[in-house]
Amino acid sequence: MAITIDEIFETTNMILNQNLDIRTTTIGINLKDCIDSDFAKFKEKVYDKVYSNAAKLIEEAKKLELKYGVPIVNKRISVTPVSLIMETHCTKEKYLEMARTLDKAAKDAGTDFIGGFGALVQKGFTKSDKVLIESLPEVLSKTDRVCSFLNVGTTVAGMNLDAVNLIGNMLKQTAEMSKNAVGCAKFVVFVNAPEDNPFMAGAYHGAGEPDLTLNVGISGPGVVRSVVEKNKDCDLSQLSEVIKRTVFKITRSGELIGRELAKNMGIPFGIVDISLASTTAKGDSVANVIEAFGIEHIGTHGSTLAIALLMDAVKKGGAMASANVGGLSGTFIPVSEDAGMIEAVRKGALGLDKLESLTAVCSVGLDMFAVPGDTPSETINAIIADELAIGIINNKTTAVRVIPAPGKKENESIEYGGLLGVVPVMKVNKYSSKDFMKRGGRLPAPVTSLRN
Amino acid sequence: MKKERLFITVIGEDKKGIVANVSGFLYKCNINIEDINQRIMGPYFVMTMLVDINDSKCALAELRCGLEKIGKEMNMKIQFQHENIFKMMHRV
Repeated sequence: MAITIDEIFETTNMILNQNLDIRTTTIGINLKDCIDSDFAKFKEKVYDKVYSNAAKLIEEAKKLELKYGVPIVNKRISVTPVSLIMETHCTKEKYLEMARTLDKAAKDAGTDFIGGFGALVQKGFTKSDKVLIESLPEVLSKTDRVCSFLNVGTTVAGMNLDAVNLIGNMLKQTAEMSKNAVGCAKFVVFVNAPEDNPFMAGAYHGAGEPDLTLNVGISGPGVVRSVVEKNKDCDLSQLSEVIKRTVFKITRSGELIGRELAKNMGIPFGIVDISLASTTAKGDSVANVIEAFGIEHIGTHGSTLAIALLMDAVKKGGAMASANVGGLSGTFIPVSEDAGMIEAVRKGALGLDKLESLTAVCSVGLDMFAVPGDTPSETINAIIADELAIGIINNKTTAVRVIPAPGKKENESIEYGGLLGVVPVMKVNKYSSKDFMKRGGRLPAPVTSLRN
Repeated sequence: MKKERLFITVIGEDKKGIVANVSGFLYKCNINIEDINQRIMGPYFVMTMLVDINDSKCALAELRCGLEKIGKEMNMKIQFQHENIFKMMHRV
């Protein structure tokens, strides 16, 4: 059947007026084959492999933008967790040098972020993992594009509380050392971290991945909001249905462009991540979708149900559209990167407690919010541990990206502008969790992990 | 013969010369027009052209540039997209 003018207009309208785009194309690069006992040679091989592949990604992505008229907003890189490749070179100085090498390769190729400067420590640390964590304040404050992650738990391994207990202090140091504490925006702590996540700051190229792979993150909160607004009288089943149909369409565009891009680059296609990714642009907000449901501001009563409905419909539509759905495929609802979320926090509709409960039904974590600079490290660690416990018990990914804002108090904010937006400083519970957190050790894997 | 087809979309206020200007440019590029449709949709006048660029003398970048120039002169939004994206999004 021929494509109709209505269908063409629908697609064109999504791109011109509803911010439909491919949010990110991320090339996963294995760096294990670059390891060399001569550190200078090692760095040179890393630079060459990252630079050449990233430059090719940018060149080929431009061609497809032209062919399909769909903006490909970000072109990014994820690499093998750096603690794995630095086992025989694990000093803080060498870690910083490696970070600078990755930063330069990403910059020279013209990409905005490179992820993977992290470690998997769910059951404990290697020497290399420990040195990596010690190096993070310097790495995150002295490089521009390097993003870092730690995976501190999985549903089958439990949670490494000793690792969580290192994070609050590390973030506070990073905040003090970097302008506007921006270094903290480049670090995510996870449980059940996916190996093929294309979104920053938590992207890394897992050990089970091929040498090179291309992963795609689609977008579309604006498109979904628009269809919800047009269907004011739908009940929940009908609402789910219209969202499913819309998400099917936007995921198909990601699938098409991702597959063709991978083919043109001569590398395997990885996954499409169907997370609705918001930006600070007007109308490109997940919070605004929830508000179009009939919720006055995200965070008020009913928001958890609304988000549950939204994400379930997104997953159903997305799963039908692509054979390779992967990555996070939830939604982060980053506070600072979503205009509706910022407004909800400012008006007192959304607090940290409600944000945490939203992550239990669908979304992936507490993302891009600030806490007062004088918040005790133990409290930051406990905020992280609470969020991650939800992931461990519910067998899902959860994550935290938090900024302890030096010198700032509740209701103030950090203004980054651009992609990172405005980060509100949120209220933190004033009572202590210190004695609990200092017990340390490992949260045992939940009984639901015993599936064999 | 293998076809390489694009949809050209023109959106804006209806006026004289839209088809003449776009088709004149396509003729110069040696691009064949296979189908034309137009409709008023809400506040917009929308025209779509299905074209085959297999014999085109213009690269895609030149085509985009040329159409954008015509769009600017006529105060219309003109863009093209490969037909595969519509097939993927609107057909199962």
